[in-house]
Amino acid sequence: MLLSAALFIIGVVGVMIRRNIIVIFMSIELILNAVNINLIAFSYQLQNGIGQVFAIFVIAVAAAEAAVGLGIILAFYRNKETINIDEMTVMRW
Amino acid sequence: MIDTFLIPLLKILFVLNATLIGVTYMVLLERKVIAWVQVRLGPMRVGPYGILQPIADAVKLILKEDITPTKADKWVFTAAPIIVMVPALITFAVIPFGPAVHLFGREVPLYITDINVGLLYIVSVASMGVYGIILGGWASNSKFPLLASLRASAQLISYEVGVTMTLVSMIVTAGSLSMVRIVEAQYNSHLWYIFIQPVAFVLFFIGGLAETNRAPFDMAEAEQELTGGFHTEYSGMRFALFFLAEYANMIVVSSVATTLFLGGWLRPFPNVAALSFLGFIPGWIWFLVKTFVFLYVFLWVRATLPRYRYDQLMRLGWKVLIPIAIANVIVTAIVKVLL
Amino acid sequence: MGEAIAFYVLAALILGFAVLVVSTRNTVHSVLYLVLNFLAVAALYVMLTAQFLAVIQVLVYAGGIVVLYLFVVMLVNLKRPPEDHSAPQRKSWVGAGLGLLVLGELGGIVAYGRLAPAVSPMQNTDLAINNVERVGMLLYTDYLIPFEVASILLLVAMVGAIILAKREL
Repeated sequence: MLLSAALFIIGVVGVMIRRNIIVIFMSIELILNAVNINLIAFSYQLQNGIGQVFAIFVIAVAAAEAAVGLGIILAFYRNKETINIDEMTVMRW
Repeated sequence: MIDTFLIPLLKILFVLNATLIGVTYMVLLERKVIAWVQVRLGPMRVGPYGILQPIADAVKLILKEDITPTKADKWVFTAAPIIVMVPALITFAVIPFGPAVHLFGREVPLYITDINVGLLYIVSVASMGVYGIILGGWASNSKFPLLASLRASAQLISYEVGVTMTLVSMIVTAGSLSMVRIVEAQYNSHLWYIFIQPVAFVLFFIGGLAETNRAPFDMAEAEQELTGGFHTEYSGMRFALFFLAEYANMIVVSSVATTLFLGGWLRPFPNVAALSFLGFIPGWIWFLVKTFVFLYVFLWVRATLPRYRYDQLMRLGWKVLIPIAIANVIVTAIVKVLL
Repeated sequence: MGEAIAFYVLAALILGFAVLVVSTRNTVHSVLYLVLNFLAVAALYVMLTAQFLAVIQVLVYAGGIVVLYLFVVMLVNLKRPPEDHSAPQRKSWVGAGLGLLVLGELGGIVAYGRLAPAVSPMQNTDLAINNVERVGMLLYTDYLIPFEVASILLLVAMVGAIILAKREL
């Protein structure tokens, strides 16, 4: 559990610090993985299959979110030619 | 102590060595078979009938100068061939070569390990092999290999979906993910699965051809396309690793197809008592023969069919292979429930 | 005993790779460390007798999603040189300091919870051996509706991603 908390913190710090938007997305994946580790650890401790089922759903949701997020990045990049998040400040261009 | 460490270690060493020797001789076999199809003789000079040709090739490749492009990423450049080779080799950990044999008074099962998610393990390991190709193209730091590697990996991940769907229908038929149980299920059902699931067999074969970048889907590495594909900048031993990895992948796909469809180590008509005189041939010889048949068909197809264009290839994967595979799963599930 | 060593080694690997993901300048190296991280997490799952989930993690996460990331990184890097990190240094230190603070807090909570008598882990019964069957049964009987919802979500995401990435509508 301490491990998953540590991983979660690292992911959140990564989201806050980096400007490269792809690295931000990867930190989000780290956060989701930390949650999964927590779920599996509890499932092992309590011998209940629920944790693993929920972790499967988390992976599926992460996959969907990664696909859509990367699509957005690509569409953004075609218009603005930057991946630096400080320059993606306008809501419409 | 001996049982938990020594025997698996010996098995691993044995399988690894056998695979690597097999892979080097695949090089010779391919050249010979393609030559015979084209009514010529193939390598004949080195050794009797060219048998020592792979050794000559190996010596040449080892002695070649090992060039690394200046701006390339050195770690990734070195790691890419390894990343392609390792998944092909570790798949052999779960393939069953034969039933248990008695050696030195101990009952030794002829597979390295039997995990209860064996088939899924093979698929996931195969999906790691895509990385080596992408990284190989990118680490060369030049445009042509990068584009070629992106195309090749797009092809690989597209066909991965189709192959996984086909394997799902096999899992439903066999009722288990473990490779050993699948062979045993074929024994219990008195028929090799190729007769029960011919559509899945054809789909798996086509998908396997595409997964290993073999003709007619070898867009990624053909010399006429994109100046040699993703391994343009590699020379010497690294190039050899890429090629050997491709052959190793071929052997893996053949072994998996043998286990799933042709009954692994079972002899033909495994339950018919009249043919039990064939039982003196040990299981692993049957396995080798069947795998060899598959490899031969791989080479035969390469020598015969022309190459697919990239968009035709992608269309085949997404619009033809995947719908048929999904339909196969549905039909299999319905039949399983009804019977 | 051996399990504890394996756990600490894996935990160190996971955390180490995670830190490397967040701090490397080269984006492609970052992605590679993410892959290694996921592989280490999959090994952890195997240790926790969740074999099905370990294989799914490698197959979907490390084998699919990260390939997607790698593709996007390469498509983006094709036109520009690697992004130079122009953040002022003090911002990074503030962030890292905050992170350590929260970690200390969470560690305190966990240690406090350990003082209470914990439930001893039960023996590895069916969940370990027939893992796939148990998970499958749960998935299809009790949690059927979330399963269907997840598949619709994936379908919507797929359509959305294709539309977003097309050049012209």
